[in-house]
Amino acid sequence: MSRIEATFAALEQRKETALIPFITAGDPSLETTLELIHTLSSAGADVIELGMPFSDPMADGPTIQAASERSLAVGTTIAQVLQLVTEVRKTNQVPLVLMGYYNPIFHYGTERFVKDAAAAGVDALLLVDLPPEEADEINQYLVSTEIDLITLLAPTTPVERMQRLAAAAKGYIYYVSMTGVTGAQKIAPEDIRAAVVELKGYAKVPVGVGFGISTAADASAVGAFADGVVVGSALVKIIEKYGQSEQLLPEVAKFIVELKASIVS
Amino acid sequence: MNYQYPDARGHFGEYGGRYVAETLMPALLELEQAYAEAKADPEFQREFDYYLRNYVGRPSPLYFAERLTQELGGAKIYLKREDLNHTGAHKVNNTVGQILLAKRMGKKKVIAETGAGQHGVATATVAALFGMECEVFMGKEDIRRQALNVFRMKLLGAKVIEVTSGTATLKDAMNDALRHWVTHVRDTFYVIGTVAGPHPYPELVRDFQSVIGTEAKQQLQEAEGRLPDVAVACIGGGSNAMGLFYPFIDDATVDLLGVEAAGLGVDTDKHAASISAGSPGVLHGNKTYLLQDDDGQIQHAHSISAGLDYPGVGPEHALLNDIERAEYVSVTDDEALDAFQKLTKVEGIIPALESAHAIAQVIKLAPTLGKDKILLVSLSGRGDKDMHTVADALEERLKAQG
Repeated sequence: MSRIEATFAALEQRKETALIPFITAGDPSLETTLELIHTLSSAGADVIELGMPFSDPMADGPTIQAASERSLAVGTTIAQVLQLVTEVRKTNQVPLVLMGYYNPIFHYGTERFVKDAAAAGVDALLLVDLPPEEADEINQYLVSTEIDLITLLAPTTPVERMQRLAAAAKGYIYYVSMTGVTGAQKIAPEDIRAAVVELKGYAKVPVGVGFGISTAADASAVGAFADGVVVGSALVKIIEKYGQSEQLLPEVAKFIVELKASIVS
Repeated sequence: MNYQYPDARGHFGEYGGRYVAETLMPALLELEQAYAEAKADPEFQREFDYYLRNYVGRPSPLYFAERLTQELGGAKIYLKREDLNHTGAHKVNNTVGQILLAKRMGKKKVIAETGAGQHGVATATVAALFGMECEVFMGKEDIRRQALNVFRMKLLGAKVIEVTSGTATLKDAMNDALRHWVTHVRDTFYVIGTVAGPHPYPELVRDFQSVIGTEAKQQLQEAEGRLPDVAVACIGGGSNAMGLFYPFIDDATVDLLGVEAAGLGVDTDKHAASISAGSPGVLHGNKTYLLQDDDGQIQHAHSISAGLDYPGVGPEHALLNDIERAEYVSVTDDEALDAFQKLTKVEGIIPALESAHAIAQVIKLAPTLGKDKILLVSLSGRGDKDMHTVADALEERLKAQG
C-alpha cells in the first residue's frame, strides 16, 4: 500500500478529512522549506503538496506567482527540490506530492526525473499543464514506479469526461473548486457540494478540493463533504509575511492546528 | 511530399499539443470541433472571404521592388504588401477569422494578448465591427514602447489591461490572458495572435493567415509565370511566416526562410531567436523551441521590435526546422534598423521593425543569388507604430558615433 493510500485509509477509519497544505519549495529558502515540512506534518498535515517553482506559472494567482519568484530568486533548481525530498525522508514519511508545471521536468529529462523522484521518495506528481491528453509522455515512465499522477478535474469538466477520468484516477483526485487561478476568490462551499458528491460517486480514490479555501470555516464547510481540503495561497501568505523570522514556524503551526481542528469531528 | 499536420491529437511531430489546465481543456475541445465544422462549411468560408475583400482590402498587392533589386544587384525581390491591409499588418487576417468563429460559437466577449500592439489593434477592430466586448492584455514595458497602438485600442472601445507580472512583455501578457481565460472561459473567446498556444490555435491561425501565401503564389504566377526560389518572412511567434510558407510546403523547389530576431546577437543573452539559439520545451500550451535556462525556466527575450520579443515560436516552425523543410536564420537589431532605413529610402515604403528583419535577410541574400532568381518577401506590417523606437535608436547611434 502506498503512503497516500495508507494515509487516506487511516483517515477513513478515524472519520477524518485530510488536510493538504501547499507550499512552494525554496520559499524563502530550501533550508526553511525542510523545517516547514516537518512543522506542517507535526501540526496535522496529512499530505503535503510541494510546489516546484516555474518562471511562468499560468494557473496561479499573484500570491503563488510571488512565491515562485522568491524561490527562483534564491536559485532553487529541480535537482535541489528532489534532494530536499531525500532529506525529508530520512526522518519523516508524510506523503509528498510535487506540484508544478511540466517544462522544468521535460527539460530535466522526463525519464530521469521520474527515476530520481522515485529514488527520493516522492509519492505523487500534480502537473497543472499536463492534462490526460498529453500525459502518456510521463505515464510511460511512471508505470514502473509507485508514483501516482494526480488527476485534476474542474467545474468545466463535462460529465462523461469526469466519469472516465475519475474512474482511472490514482492516489487522490484534485477537484478545482472554481474556474480561475489559485487564491483569487473565496470558495462558496454550498455551490460545489453537489458537484463533489457526484464526483465521489464516480471515483475509486479520495477527492480533495482546492482553490479558494483560506480559513478554518472554509475548510470545515468543504470538509463536510470532501475527503480532503487543499490550502495553498492562505498558507503561502503567512510564509510571505514572516519570511525568515523566528515567528514563521510557530505561526504556520498555529494555522495548521486550527485548520485541522476544524475538519476533525 | 505529403505534408499533413497537425495530427488528430494536435501534434506537429513531437511539437504542439495541448499543455493546459483541465479547466481549459473542454473549451479547447469545443473550439476544435467548432473550427472543424466551420472549416468544412462553405458559408463560413464565404463570410471570411467577404470580410477579407471588403473590410481588410484583400488581395494585398504583390509589388516588384525594382529599385531595391537594382541596388542589391542580384535576385528579383517581390514584396507581399501586408502592410497595406486595414490596421496596417497581417494580424487582421487572423482576427477576422477568429471573430467569425467566436460569433458562430455564440461568444460575446473576446480577449487577446499583444506585444507590439498590432494584434491588439486588429482584435479591437473586429470586436468593434461585430459589437463584442474586448479586453487586451499588454505588458507594461510594451505599453510604454507602443503608446500609439494603446490609444488606438482604447479609441476602438477595447479595455487595455496593463500586465506587470514577470518581465512585463508579450510572454507575460499571454500568461495573464490565459489566467483571465481560465476564470471566464464559459463566455469568453480567446483570440490568440500567432501560430502558437494550445491546439487548435496553431492550425487555425495558420489557415487564416495562409491567404498571404495563396495570393502571393497566384500573383507571382501572373507576374513571372513561376514559383519563387525563396520565400522569406520574419518570425516572432511566426504567423505571417506560416501564412506565407504553408501554401508552398509541397513545392519542393521553393526554399522557405524564417528570420528570427537576434537582438544584440545570438551569442549574447539579449535576443529572441528561439529556434537558432533555444531548445525544445513546453510553454503557453504547446511544445516548441524556447529560450530557457539550464533548469527549464523561461528566459527574457530581447528585440528592438516588440512584435518579435517572445521567447518561443509556433510549433509548426519547430517541426519545419527539424525536418529541414524550412531554414531559420537571425538578424540583429542593428541590421534590422539598417534595413528599415534602406527600404524607406529606396522604395518609399516604411516597414514595421518586425518586417525589417525579413528585409535585412534579403539584403544579405539577394546579392548572392543570380538575377534569374526570385525572392518573395512578406512585408508583414507598416512602420508607423515604430517611429519613436526608431528615432530613439538612431539618436543613440549618432551619439555613439560621437
